[in-house]
Amino acid sequence: MRAVWIIGKRELGSYFSSPVAYVFLVIFLLLTGFFTFTAGNFFERGEASLAAFFGWHPWLYLVLVPAVGMRLWAEERRAGTLELLLTMPITPWQAILAKFLASWVFLAVALALTFPAVITVNILGEPDNGVIFAGYLGSFFLAGAYLAISCMTSAMTRNQVVAFILSVVICLFLILAGFNPVTDLMVRWASPAVVDTVAAFSVVTHYDGFQRGVIDTRDLFFFLSVIGFALFATGVIIRGHRAG
Amino acid sequence: MIKIQNLVKTFGAKRAVDDVSFSVERGEVLGFLGPNGAGKSTTMRMVTGFMPPTGGKVSIGGHDIIDSPLEAKRLIGYLPENAAAYPDMTVRGFLSFIAELRGLRGDARKKAIHRVVELCFLESVLGQSIDTLSKGYRHRTCLAQALIHDPQVLIMDEPTDGLDPNQKHEVRNLIRELGKTKAIVFSTHILEEVDAACSRAIIIDRGRIVANGTPEELRGMSQLAGAVTLSAHGASAEKLAVLGRVEDLDGAFRVYPRDKSQIKLLAREVVELVNREGWKVEGMYSEAGQLDEVFRRITLPDTVKR
Repeated sequence: MRAVWIIGKRELGSYFSSPVAYVFLVIFLLLTGFFTFTAGNFFERGEASLAAFFGWHPWLYLVLVPAVGMRLWAEERRAGTLELLLTMPITPWQAILAKFLASWVFLAVALALTFPAVITVNILGEPDNGVIFAGYLGSFFLAGAYLAISCMTSAMTRNQVVAFILSVVICLFLILAGFNPVTDLMVRWASPAVVDTVAAFSVVTHYDGFQRGVIDTRDLFFFLSVIGFALFATGVIIRGHRAG
Repeated sequence: MIKIQNLVKTFGAKRAVDDVSFSVERGEVLGFLGPNGAGKSTTMRMVTGFMPPTGGKVSIGGHDIIDSPLEAKRLIGYLPENAAAYPDMTVRGFLSFIAELRGLRGDARKKAIHRVVELCFLESVLGQSIDTLSKGYRHRTCLAQALIHDPQVLIMDEPTDGLDPNQKHEVRNLIRELGKTKAIVFSTHILEEVDAACSRAIIIDRGRIVANGTPEELRGMSQLAGAVTLSAHGASAEKLAVLGRVEDLDGAFRVYPRDKSQIKLLAREVVELVNREGWKVEGMYSEAGQLDEVFRRITLPDTVKR
């Protein structure tokens, strides 16, 4: 656990020692603001909730989370520091977990900085803060799932751009599988059982529950298993590189 | 300390390392020589536990690198090829990070950092970020990293690559100094380094060990070893030919020993001949044998054929 803490601390520090962290935070906050208040018609809705805020997160994260995750392993391989890291007295799993957790903490910080939205809605009306909490929890796990996938694609290549694009494509698939326009299209030629099965793989299906204020263990389990699988795949890919 | 048995690594159909065995004890400095692509780096990556071998065994201080990797890795300090380091960190931050990963805490960590900073002359760049360092400083930062836990085993992949002559000299002295108490393996393709720092050298070509011995033994494999070069007024190739094969070197003659047993005697025989004939000697010296000639003879024919 100590090694995880040491590596994680370094990783988190490296975000803030470069402009990446600040650029990301500013863009993230600007975009969430724009989507919530302008594109999401926050004021016109006439309801005291953050539905307009959370509704956009799967799409916002689609671009922003791979941007955070793409460098995790690709950069390490490009700079040759992977060799240094993996010849330290640590297991590869400690390194994988540490890097993932550090980035996840960073995303959590970004998410936490949206607190003015919570204050705003509390001043303007009387929202159900339990629902808002569930919304944040869902958003946090959604970010974690995307991040784990970005981790995996980052381990595949030493080119960050390739890692980014691969990650966006995979995450896009995970959205579209349960996105209403797509499921409506599928219903025309596939049986409902098939449509439901495909939709069950979508992050949107599991994310929606949180937005209604329901913290379902099955949804949590879904996100955790996506994270677990992607990190496991990361380990296999890294082992593959070393084996040559 | 380091024990390597029948190490094999294949990449697809290519055998990058083919049945390599050697061992290094404490107090020994082993030079790992070979042309580019001979399998030096691959071997080192297997020894340090970065790459699992296709076959064979690596044991560090009695710990197998596959079965108990953490125990084995604790004993190793490793300087990877091109001196990799995190470019966004400061030298102090980087050394501190590595020290922590090596399990050094608090006071011990401070002392360890202080020690390697002095050893590698990093005092002036401690607060600088690594991507702003010159190549020499970056190299020494990475070397400091490898030494921070005072390892019993030191593995270095081309430790003098890209350094200027003064820095090369310093690093070689450092290696020799450290070699008194540690088991050291370092790779190079600079032959003078073998003389400067090694107690033993291995030449590897296309994954196989083709020569193994002390620098003197390797030099002895040279055809030049024991040859006597003579430049003297009145000397003639015919008279010298009695002693061995003679080569005319534009004003001087080089006499090669007939066989190994004659190596030590040849110089005296030449002197006796000179005295008998009354030649006026302008210069005369005995060759110790040249490593680069041995190196070329062992590794070149195959490279050319390929």
